[in-house]
Amino acid sequence: MKAFARLLDRLAFLSSRNAKLALLAAYFRETPDPDRGIALAALTGDLQLRTAKPKLIRDLVTERVDPELFGWSYDFVGDLAETAALIWPTGERNEAAVPGLAAAVDQLNRAHKDSAAKLVAEWLDVMDPAERWALLKLITGALRVGVSARLARTALADYGAVEVGAIEEVWHALTPPYAELFAWLDGRGPLPETRATPTFRPLMLANPLDEAELAKMQAADYRAEWKWDGIRVQLVAVRDAQGARVRRVYSRTGDDISTAFPDVVEALDFEAVLDGELLVVRDGQAAPFADLQQRLGRKRVSAKMLQSQPAHVRLYDMLFDGEEDLRALPLDARRGRLEHWYGAADRPRLDLSPLLDFESWEELADLRAGAREAGIEGLMLKRADSPYLAGRPKGPWFKWKRDPLLVDAVLMYAQRGHGKRSSFYSDYTFGCWRRREGRDELVPVGKAYFGFTDEELGQLDRWVRAHTTQRFGPVREVEQALVFEVAFDAVQRSTRHKSGIAMRFPRISRIRWDKPAAEADWLPTLEAMIEGARG
Amino acid sequence: MDAHSKAVQRWLKVTPAGLYCEAGDFHIDPARAVPRAVITHGHGDHARPGHGAVLATQETLAIMRTRYDGDDGRSSQALAYGETVRLGDVSVELRPAGHVLGSAQIVLAHGGKRVVVSGDYKRRRDPTCPPFEPVDCDVFITEATFGLPVFRHPPDDQEIDKLLASQRLFPERCHLVGVYGLGKAQRVIMLLREAGYTAPLFIHGALEKLCKLYGDFGVDLSELLPATAADKAELQGQIVLAPPGAANQSWARRLPDPVVGMASGWMGVRARARQRGAELPLIISDHADWDELTQTFADVAAPTIWVTHGREEALVHYARQQGHDAWALSVAGREDEDE
Repeated sequence: MKAFARLLDRLAFLSSRNAKLALLAAYFRETPDPDRGIALAALTGDLQLRTAKPKLIRDLVTERVDPELFGWSYDFVGDLAETAALIWPTGERNEAAVPGLAAAVDQLNRAHKDSAAKLVAEWLDVMDPAERWALLKLITGALRVGVSARLARTALADYGAVEVGAIEEVWHALTPPYAELFAWLDGRGPLPETRATPTFRPLMLANPLDEAELAKMQAADYRAEWKWDGIRVQLVAVRDAQGARVRRVYSRTGDDISTAFPDVVEALDFEAVLDGELLVVRDGQAAPFADLQQRLGRKRVSAKMLQSQPAHVRLYDMLFDGEEDLRALPLDARRGRLEHWYGAADRPRLDLSPLLDFESWEELADLRAGAREAGIEGLMLKRADSPYLAGRPKGPWFKWKRDPLLVDAVLMYAQRGHGKRSSFYSDYTFGCWRRREGRDELVPVGKAYFGFTDEELGQLDRWVRAHTTQRFGPVREVEQALVFEVAFDAVQRSTRHKSGIAMRFPRISRIRWDKPAAEADWLPTLEAMIEGARG
Repeated sequence: MDAHSKAVQRWLKVTPAGLYCEAGDFHIDPARAVPRAVITHGHGDHARPGHGAVLATQETLAIMRTRYDGDDGRSSQALAYGETVRLGDVSVELRPAGHVLGSAQIVLAHGGKRVVVSGDYKRRRDPTCPPFEPVDCDVFITEATFGLPVFRHPPDDQEIDKLLASQRLFPERCHLVGVYGLGKAQRVIMLLREAGYTAPLFIHGALEKLCKLYGDFGVDLSELLPATAADKAELQGQIVLAPPGAANQSWARRLPDPVVGMASGWMGVRARARQRGAELPLIISDHADWDELTQTFADVAAPTIWVTHGREEALVHYARQQGHDAWALSVAGREDEDE
């Protein structure tokens, strides 16, 4: 538990991705099985552990601590698990009595509901504050140390000096504590076998197109389709070893999101592995991303939601047809198989992403320029002969996003960045004008922290320091005098923002040192760009 | 109010300038310039420039001269630990407080009552100054910087291990540790030396004079090099100490991909550590934590406790539960220290 506690403690504060990777790899190197596998599962969200309600912790603490002192402390610290970890009356620290991570998880899972609290209290008595914090975070089911499942697996790949794709390929067939996986990474065993279990296969991803490269590319070698603005999913419908039907919807990172999309799962009455875009579709029309967003991240979906935001998958590719692995075939051949399969039966909630007709890049560029309706982000270009490869190989697939939307906005606040940017004001909040109660005022419309060069960052940092009007901790309010040309992919209505709108992927496209702030754009200009409001 | 407090309040009062001993006509750690001051230690919110006469340990006087361009009052008197002087109708003795070099508790005796003004203090070992000595008294005046039971500073060596482990993990980066210039900087250096770290340490220019002064008083900090003069490649894998804000200043751009550490008692609370931008929080404090504060109440056997600067209410509440008479005392000019 000690090593795990130290790991979480450091991860919680590190901001750099590389630093987190190094820390995790060191942990996997220095920690024996099964603890490291349990820690990995805790980070990827794959750990099965009966969780405790915050009330259990509160009850345990208030039995032992003066309620007034606890109240003041909780007010100051602001986090229940942390307050409990720090304030817990320290007995004689007994390192030998502190359970290992795997042992603790195992004992908790086997303990009777009523004895679990007693078990936890006994451990807290002998632990140090960092260990208590780790234990309490673990049992309340919220580590929140800034590590995604993907990052944890990437660290594992670094540790074993293998491609992360190789781990992704087998990951979803494995369970904690992943002893066979570690054995393979340590060179002590074979790559774990994954056939015949419903398994996520790593997706093939595209690189952004550099338009200058088009001149060197032959239009005839490529297929084009719309880049749909939903979320990329993999549909897995197979039979398990007993012959029972297993149906799953996976996100592009391999997270099982089936429970949020029962309508899609129900439609998977076949045996295949398919790649497509999850969208909300009404009468054959893809709805704006905001509609889909309402269905994401839910544990349960109401009948009303199923009715109002019907989910649908627009298919791009076919990875398996029955048990046959098609991934080594060229794209054209896979597309042929996909079309044949699609036509062979009624496929509710699924359709094919159409291939676009074009003979030259100019023709395709015109198509792209004309695409402004909701649900389309741009174009995908795929080499006709490309096999389906895991990850983001250089070359075969490109995304050619439609040109971004642009507004001129005024810098309002700047915040210091993290890591190597921690001495720079690098995060910028900008606003557009609106008229309110007879006055013109700026209202914040977005925040961006990239799009500029290092040299420009230095200039911006100096400008912010020289034009500060107020400070709030790491944030500075600045004179309303500097205009940014802000690029973004789309804009949506939002009730969470004062301006009533939210931008997708805003970035600084140009710094308009020359432009007076009064000539920046007005909020109605942005509102007219909202999806659906567009013509 | 209890009888001890009532008796002592007749000659020891809270005024806008700070604590004032009427019977001896002097202030203790006053917030502004006064004719006569007794100073517990050299931190800026206790020792200020411009006083008439100053009484303090010779170390504290030297620190004041270093920080205030020679100003330790128009006249100054050094008093060693354990020595007693009479000021007016009051006997004044200084005893070690264990906070920083030269830090003292001020023991006042008058009218049959003994009062200890402890200033800032801690109870754990500090290689740069003698340890706190509990003095039996009628009224004990305590700080409350970490006066909540969530402040439990871990052993120093554990925190130093954290720093050294991080250095091993990121050998190509430098570790920038934010430290308060008086006390914390030198203590962290000594703790590193005690942990067997013999390589040169790099320091920010703002720390130089005080490190040298510690050396003059026999605290051997071993080899220190100016961080400002070093080039980027030279600082790879090194430990650099600088004042807490330096990581956010353009000064830090000279450092190769620094891991930003911060050595402070506040680092024990995650939200505070994050606010301060620490990637490597080191819980090293020159102030007593909750356990040290409450242990001290028992050690000094004072029937009455006055609590100043910090989170007074929790300590007053606790002290009363333990059978002391306890009161919060609002003294001007104190800041949240140790940041």
